[in-house]
Amino acid sequence: MSKKTIVSFKLNGTATDVMVEPRELLIHTLREKLSITGPHIGCETSHCGTCTVDLDGISVKSCTVLTVQCEGAEMLTIEGFAKGGVLHPLQEAFTQEHGLQCGYCTPGMITRAYRLLQENPSPTEEEIRFWMAGNLCRCTGYQNIVKAIQYAAAKMRGESVTSSHPLMAEISA
Amino acid sequence: MDQNVENHGRLEKLEGIGCSRKRREDPRFIQGKGNYVDDIKLPGMLFAVMVRSPYAHAKIKSIDTSKAKAYPGVHAVLTADDLKPLKLHWMPTLAGDVQAVLADGYVSFQNQEVAFVVADDRYVAADAAELVEVDYEELPAVVDPFKALLPDAPVIRPDLDGKSVGAHGARKHHNHIFNWQIGDKDKTDRAFTDAEVTVKQDMHYPRVHPCPLETCGSLASYDAIRGDLTVWITSQAPHVVRTVVGLLSSIPESKIRIISPDIGGGFGNKVGVYPGYVCSIVASIVLGRPVKWIESRSENLTTTAFARDYWMTGELAADRNGKIKALRVNVTADHGAFDACADPTKWPAGMFHVCTGSYDIPNAHVSVDGVYTNKFPGGVAYRCSFRVTEAVYLVERMIDVLAQKLNIDKAEIRKRNFIKYEQFPYLTPLGLEFDSGNYLPALEKVLEAVDYTALRAEQAQKRADPNCPTLMGIGITTFTEIVGAGPSKSCDILGIGMFDSCEIRVHPDGSAIARMGTISQGQGHQTTYAQIIASESGIAASQIAVEEGDTSTAPYGLGTYGSRSTPVAGAAVARASRKIREKARKIAAHLLEVAPDDLEFDLDQFKVKGDPSKAKTMKEIAWAAYNNVPEGMEMGLEAVDYYDPPNFTFPFGAYLCVVDVNKKTGETKVRRFYALDDCGTRINPMIIEGQIHGGLTEGFAVAMGQELPYDEQGNVLGGTLMDYFLPTSVETPHWETDFTVTPSPHHPIGAKGVAESPHVGSIPCFSSAMVDAFAHLGTTHFNMPYNSYRVWQHAQSLGL
Repeated sequence: MSKKTIVSFKLNGTATDVMVEPRELLIHTLREKLSITGPHIGCETSHCGTCTVDLDGISVKSCTVLTVQCEGAEMLTIEGFAKGGVLHPLQEAFTQEHGLQCGYCTPGMITRAYRLLQENPSPTEEEIRFWMAGNLCRCTGYQNIVKAIQYAAAKMRGESVTSSHPLMAEISA
Repeated sequence: MDQNVENHGRLEKLEGIGCSRKRREDPRFIQGKGNYVDDIKLPGMLFAVMVRSPYAHAKIKSIDTSKAKAYPGVHAVLTADDLKPLKLHWMPTLAGDVQAVLADGYVSFQNQEVAFVVADDRYVAADAAELVEVDYEELPAVVDPFKALLPDAPVIRPDLDGKSVGAHGARKHHNHIFNWQIGDKDKTDRAFTDAEVTVKQDMHYPRVHPCPLETCGSLASYDAIRGDLTVWITSQAPHVVRTVVGLLSSIPESKIRIISPDIGGGFGNKVGVYPGYVCSIVASIVLGRPVKWIESRSENLTTTAFARDYWMTGELAADRNGKIKALRVNVTADHGAFDACADPTKWPAGMFHVCTGSYDIPNAHVSVDGVYTNKFPGGVAYRCSFRVTEAVYLVERMIDVLAQKLNIDKAEIRKRNFIKYEQFPYLTPLGLEFDSGNYLPALEKVLEAVDYTALRAEQAQKRADPNCPTLMGIGITTFTEIVGAGPSKSCDILGIGMFDSCEIRVHPDGSAIARMGTISQGQGHQTTYAQIIASESGIAASQIAVEEGDTSTAPYGLGTYGSRSTPVAGAAVARASRKIREKARKIAAHLLEVAPDDLEFDLDQFKVKGDPSKAKTMKEIAWAAYNNVPEGMEMGLEAVDYYDPPNFTFPFGAYLCVVDVNKKTGETKVRRFYALDDCGTRINPMIIEGQIHGGLTEGFAVAMGQELPYDEQGNVLGGTLMDYFLPTSVETPHWETDFTVTPSPHHPIGAKGVAESPHVGSIPCFSSAMVDAFAHLGTTHFNMPYNSYRVWQHAQSLGL
């Protein structure tokens, strides 16, 4: 064990101080010390992306970032998306397009998709698939995740959107 | 017309069977408020790390834990010697074998559990794990099941020395586990002797791992004063875990509470009971504090439950027209160091005997030999019922091989051999009774949708052009799955019949809570079970809370795997709902002062036949159930149902895949994949589509890249996500889905289960397409996974 340091950053808009060992990984600080359990641990080798958070405007895998690297940073996690009880368009989109099943990858997926739409408000399917390749999902096969991101992008551009899964489609048919 | 509009509105409000209801699970997951095992934090909680063997086979000469114990923040270091007084150093497996919880004098696979370090947090535990000193004497390892059966092969299980009989009969060698046979050998052999044509093919289904994104883990909390044990655990079968823990610990089941909270995918990986779970429980009992153990990804990929590793030889006998007369199969099954296969007790090869497939094959015989090797234990179903993926792979590959030999198109040969619609229920030569199926229209629908004739014409053109840089392959499968284990007469786990259950309580305000013995890992049970209840009882789905996974509140059930939730628990849900409805009918009759038979059920109410103005809604009836019931009736509106299915269900599908293979690099592009599934009655089309996308993607992963190979020393070579292939959004193909509906005649709502069909059906379809790409050059089969290197090697071997 080595000496602990205080690290200060802004987490989902709130000034936060936390005491950590220099070796502590950001994902552990978030999950164990700050009750931010939305980002998950899936591999600890930067492959799966379940731990994705937005750090100073860049998607990072928080399993391979040291907390001490985050001094003065601005950080956004899935916990910071809904505002005043209103879901972010991406959150709505993932439900409407059935872009999740077990939910384990979802916080990381939405956080990564958020960064994509900040950089490119009208991505093509190919661009979406390329941008999301660092976030693995074992349940959905990605097709509905792509649709969800397209849905959110359209909504964020102010276009009208509807789910590709109408409630009564098969019953009315 | 107005009536129709009104009914449509009521149906919409009910959100019953057939609706694409949005998922009730989603709000918590999209807001980061899921509650997985590693999210749970208890006061005083400690964290544990497993010390594992670097060797595949070694004697343990000594273990020195003194330095680790002395490390600040360490609370305990457990070894087999600590577990011995509790008789917990070995535990029973689901397959009738035993498995070391912590290595007892020797290790028999790499990464085997040797010591368990409990400390203040995961960093301290990891530091201290490094300080445990184990002195090993390395022994020769054997990772090939055929070599394991040689006379002088190393003894993998000294604890079984001299035991000539195992849980499944005679053992013929010190590394042999069982031989299991089914079918009429003599008749089958005669059919081969008399056949006009025979084909034979060896194939290997590699060792793979389900690899859910959340690894396995547990958090055990023992309350010494009350004597209560609570365990939060990544389990697909929490009640089975409770029974196992009770057996191991001698704590009565009434004092054990197993909770499966949200689970980050299972796919079969989370069926078994693993040493880490047991150690966390023991540590909590010993220390009197909550102890959490969470696997790393490498531990997950290399210790908890592989799938497959089947070496199969298939043979078909047929006439010149391609009509199949007999199927013969021999399998050597690599079970690793302990037989921890998750199968119904009576069937050590699971439901492999579904291997006659969708075809009317009069004679069949199967023989499977289970073998120990120095590889990690498991043998779970990876998104399939027990060994069904292997079975379907075998028969779908074999019928292709036969088609090629006879130069008959592979769609055509399937049509000639299909079990016909009017033959159902169909008794197979291996003793299964297929409930329903309608195979020909399914295949024809697919062939038409993709314009099969045009695809074959394009392929012929490309084959004729020597300058064409790609090889085009077309794959077809027409598979039948067996799911919904299962009837207690043939299926049990540890002696407990494989029924499932549902309990529904309707509250005075007309809302309800329902609990089942299953547990969702992404399938959306909270959404779909409520839809069944809505249609069957008239209570709007939005008013129904569905709870699973807590053994203290849910009725006993065997859990969620083998696509059994809909066929088994879903039936219990329907039947419990009907019990509610029938009691409601009597209350409504009492309120309306008519006889129960004078009432008809109409979506969400009972109305008097011939006088629809007189009606009572389910909401009104629920209120009356607590204050105004007929004389002699008990108050309340509750029902419980334990459902022991009369048979399995047999979903089926017809898949077609088109691949383009680069001749020079081996790179393969899946151009098109068309999947038609028939799962009987469809409960939620949106969720079905999602399950199919997921299953197809896992099938794609298995066929195109997944494998856990070993080197000769027994080092596992696929133990990280750098080595083990999980497809990303870039590689994953676009999926086209379609369906037909052939309800199960014995299921209360006709549903069959769906989530595993796309995995089971797609893998042989990819193989069919890959082989087809090279078929004109004489290839009848080459083994998965079809990564670029292997495909390139195959192309090279053909001189391309």
